[in-house]
Amino acid sequence: MAEARGPSIQLRDVWKDFVKRGRRVEALQAIEVAVEVNEFAALLGPSGCGKSTLLNMVAGFDRPTRGEVLVNGVRVERPDPSRAVVFQEPALFPWYTVLDNITFGPKTRGLRPAAYQPRVDALLEQVGLEGFESHYPAELSGGMKQRVGIARVLVMEPQVLLMDEPFGSLDAQTRLVMQELLLSVWERHHQTVLFVTHDVEEALLLADSVSVMTARPGRIKKRISVELPRPRALELTTSAAFNDLKREVLSLIREESRRAAAQSGG
Amino acid sequence: MPRRGPWFVLLPLALLFLWHAAVTRQWVAPGIIPAPSQVAESWYRWIFGAAGTSLSPYSGTWLANVLYSSRRVLQGFLIAAALGIPLGLFIGWNRLVSNLVDPSIQLLRPVPITAWLPFSIAVFGIYDTGALFLIGLGAFYPIVVNTTHGVRDTNLLLLRAARMLGASETTILGKVVFPSALPSIFTGLRLGIGVAWTAVIVAEMIAVKSGLGYVLWDAYYVGRMDICVATMCSVGMLGFLSDRLIHGASRILLRWRALEAHG
Repeated sequence: MAEARGPSIQLRDVWKDFVKRGRRVEALQAIEVAVEVNEFAALLGPSGCGKSTLLNMVAGFDRPTRGEVLVNGVRVERPDPSRAVVFQEPALFPWYTVLDNITFGPKTRGLRPAAYQPRVDALLEQVGLEGFESHYPAELSGGMKQRVGIARVLVMEPQVLLMDEPFGSLDAQTRLVMQELLLSVWERHHQTVLFVTHDVEEALLLADSVSVMTARPGRIKKRISVELPRPRALELTTSAAFNDLKREVLSLIREESRRAAAQSGG
Repeated sequence: MPRRGPWFVLLPLALLFLWHAAVTRQWVAPGIIPAPSQVAESWYRWIFGAAGTSLSPYSGTWLANVLYSSRRVLQGFLIAAALGIPLGLFIGWNRLVSNLVDPSIQLLRPVPITAWLPFSIAVFGIYDTGALFLIGLGAFYPIVVNTTHGVRDTNLLLLRAARMLGASETTILGKVVFPSALPSIFTGLRLGIGVAWTAVIVAEMIAVKSGLGYVLWDAYYVGRMDICVATMCSVGMLGFLSDRLIHGASRILLRWRALEAHG
């Protein structure tokens, strides 16, 4: 897998239609995406632009109407542990404790505890869940739940990590803490990440590249490289270089929303 | 909300007093409805027996009849659960099974359990099997329907999460769908045990010659309304007790859910 030539995640001319109340709705048009191995790529777009649909197709939950989705050169047909997903709602199993949620994947694969326990312990420490192993999800705050959501997929050592607005339902403060946590975790694991968000600062803080999407039907408007030094921390968001990039992205979004408004108005 | 305290005894005490007054003040025709004290006395003798009247069928035979009825309810209920839960899981999970089986269940379900009596006697005779058939059938419907409903209610996100973590369909059914449907399954079990007590009384009144239902009908024929009322109270208590048992089991198994409600 290491010698995988070409990008880790690749969408080639992907189109997606839905049938909604008997009418055909175009969700995505002519999507071209390439995420390099170990790249942290963000998809930035307004709600309803189809960015979650795009991510679901990479995850294998959904299939494109046209075009193909490849991960490490293999066509995506169905969900697989090598393509881990962190959902906006944590989607933890409420009847399992934190520990049982995290070991769900390894146990399902038939691994012996000796094989995954060291990794579980390390992850519990990295995401700050030590001491919460025997808690049930209902006893955790939103941020803590999402830590479990991240730990339970990282324990599978996935090739790619797909994150669908994972911090979208958290309060602003918790979101900042979680962004820094994700940065520190990513510095260790360096997975290929596809991160969907509508938060400009979040995208720029975390990612190596930000692909700005248009409103429905979703297309990739522009891909911007974020060449800011790593390791990164929250202070980065106040730097001049960061603000230059932010200005660029915001003008793209403004341009796009004007176009969309003009279209729907006319 | 006021604290629970002993308030819940107020209404039963008032009803008991009303009953007592209705009999002693002859608001009802005398000799038809026994007074509470008379029921209590007969009930006591029925349970513990009494010297001298040991030939009476209502002396010291209470426990034996309670055991007859309870065993039938338990057996019928277990059969219903053993069939209803797996079948409900498959109906809820698999469209083919659903299309194949569900319409028949929905068509048969409105046939009241009492309407099955002649059929049951004709096929099984006046033996235990007939009673078990009625009890099992009656308890089966709420169990299978609620299990199906619980399975279909499983959160799509949890299914996706399990698939993404590499779970096979069998694993998903056992570790995601089943626990997710468990609250609904318990609702079905609680409704089912209620129907089972109804069915056992009906079956024993007509199809078999032992148990509380048999005593109830027999006592009515010989004009022992005190025993009838004592039987009604006994069945009520047993029904309540069995419901509490299932509820208690659900409280233990669904601990994660109680946390959710308080969280």
